[in-house]
Amino acid sequence: MNAETTANPKIIDPKIVVKDLNFYYGNYRALKDINLSIAEKMVTAFIGPSGCGKSTLLRTFNRMYQLYPKQKATGEILLDGTNILDKKQDLNMLRAKIGMVFQKPTPFPMSIYDNIAFGVKLYENLNKNDMDERVEWALRKAALWTEAKDKLKQSGTGLSGGQQQRLCIARAIAVKPQVLLLDEPTSALDPISTAHIEKLIDELKEDFTIVIVTHNMQQAARVSDFTAYMYLGDLIEFGDTSTVFTNPKRKETEDYITGRFG
Amino acid sequence: MPTTFLRDARLKRQALFDVLFRNLTRVSAFAVLALLAAVIASLITGSMPAIHAFGFGFLTSSEWDPVNDQFGALIPIVGTLVTSSIALLIAIPVSFGIALFLTELSPRILRRPFGIAIELLAGIPSIIYGMWGLFVFAPLFADHIEPWINDHIGTMPYLGPFFSGPPMGIGILTAGIILAIMVIPFISSVMRDVFDVVPTLLKESAYGLGATTWEVMWNVVLPYTKVGVAGGIMLGLGRALGETMAVTFVIGNAHEISKSLLMPGNSISSALANEFNEAVGDIYTASLIELGLILFFITFVVLSIARYMLYKLGQREGKAA
Repeated sequence: MNAETTANPKIIDPKIVVKDLNFYYGNYRALKDINLSIAEKMVTAFIGPSGCGKSTLLRTFNRMYQLYPKQKATGEILLDGTNILDKKQDLNMLRAKIGMVFQKPTPFPMSIYDNIAFGVKLYENLNKNDMDERVEWALRKAALWTEAKDKLKQSGTGLSGGQQQRLCIARAIAVKPQVLLLDEPTSALDPISTAHIEKLIDELKEDFTIVIVTHNMQQAARVSDFTAYMYLGDLIEFGDTSTVFTNPKRKETEDYITGRFG
Repeated sequence: MPTTFLRDARLKRQALFDVLFRNLTRVSAFAVLALLAAVIASLITGSMPAIHAFGFGFLTSSEWDPVNDQFGALIPIVGTLVTSSIALLIAIPVSFGIALFLTELSPRILRRPFGIAIELLAGIPSIIYGMWGLFVFAPLFADHIEPWINDHIGTMPYLGPFFSGPPMGIGILTAGIILAIMVIPFISSVMRDVFDVVPTLLKESAYGLGATTWEVMWNVVLPYTKVGVAGGIMLGLGRALGETMAVTFVIGNAHEISKSLLMPGNSISSALANEFNEAVGDIYTASLIELGLILFFITFVVLSIARYMLYKLGQREGKAA
């Protein structure tokens, strides 16, 4: 099964290469020999039913699982050729390179400005002017500048759900990461905010490599260049989004995307 | 017909019981308020002679002369406030460390035993702390720590006068330290509880930006929980202000005001505990009761603030959910 999945697709210049990745919650094996490559400055979507391991896979890329005891990953994840699962990998530096946005908006309990400056301050010592510019840059990138520019000093928690999520995206990109991980970023949002975010993803891939986990197959079809279908910890099929959705190679994938199951 | 009659009678009886029951609970509830009012009223009437004799001067005078019937509350008020402040100064950072460790760093297996140990500390009767403070801590403090404080901090400019004096072991500083140990369980368990309600995703977001545990706690968790943390500190303060036995053992019970924290002093509650037995004459007794009234007022204000803050926190949580 795995030989088949790794065969496709041909990604010439991968940003991330996952090799024989296994993941364990205690004794439970949640990911089974995953092999796949993430193309640079493209959008890769992970789809599959709940519990298939798509979020787990995403969370290995910034080693978020390391916060919790008894969770461990084996195998290799190469970011530009360096194995980030290596014990010597500095976690904070890794997370500066790989930003993440979560299922629900999580503005910090501080002003909009400080929300964005928070991450930047961890790595860079910018003066007031440069920081102002960086905040504006991030907010513009996240398509939030026009709405937020007059209330930078107000609390980030006062924004609407969709705005909060764009604030979280702005906060993640303000650090200038190379990769952006989006863990079901629109699952808590209304359709209009979702459309905003999807449009944003399309614009952001000019600068960032994006990996998105989504429950919503239409969303994966709309925003992604590559799609990986996972089921019970296995990578079932991985390929061009158009191929996966229009001409899946495997029966299981077809069943899932046509809604026969899942 | 007789059946309906019976049913009516039963309904009537039930209605009567209901009214009785409702009034019974109402009386119980209002009894608490009545009790509170009665305590305040008796404190005020009891202290009337002293209030008439000294007026507001009672609050600012450091005189305490039972022989000539001259009384002022300044020394015990200052003693109470200073020992409580020392206690908080020590207890807040330590409690923060404990709560941080328990919620973020400690292995899961250790969490429960540590949590239980802290709650047990809160349950130790205060007289045990007092005895321990007097017989174990004070001698150690006098032999090993106070000489060091004298030599190192006592010689510093500005700070020096506060930390020099004979190494007696008992005094304001010792009382403050014992109080700190006593309030740490309260403050740290409240802190732990409020840190626990911080959404995992919020913490992960901060970790996801590459923040360290300290940065996450200090910049995200603490601001998120600040109201609850402040409430916990206030509860600890309330306890420190009113603590009697432990303080009486180690504060030295001297009606003197001294710059040095190593010198003995007095607090409101320990003055009350020590002197009620020997209080003769209306003015003396009334002065002590007025001290009680002042303590009641201080703690009442502190606890009201704490309640209000916790209430605000609950309101915010309700909104978030």
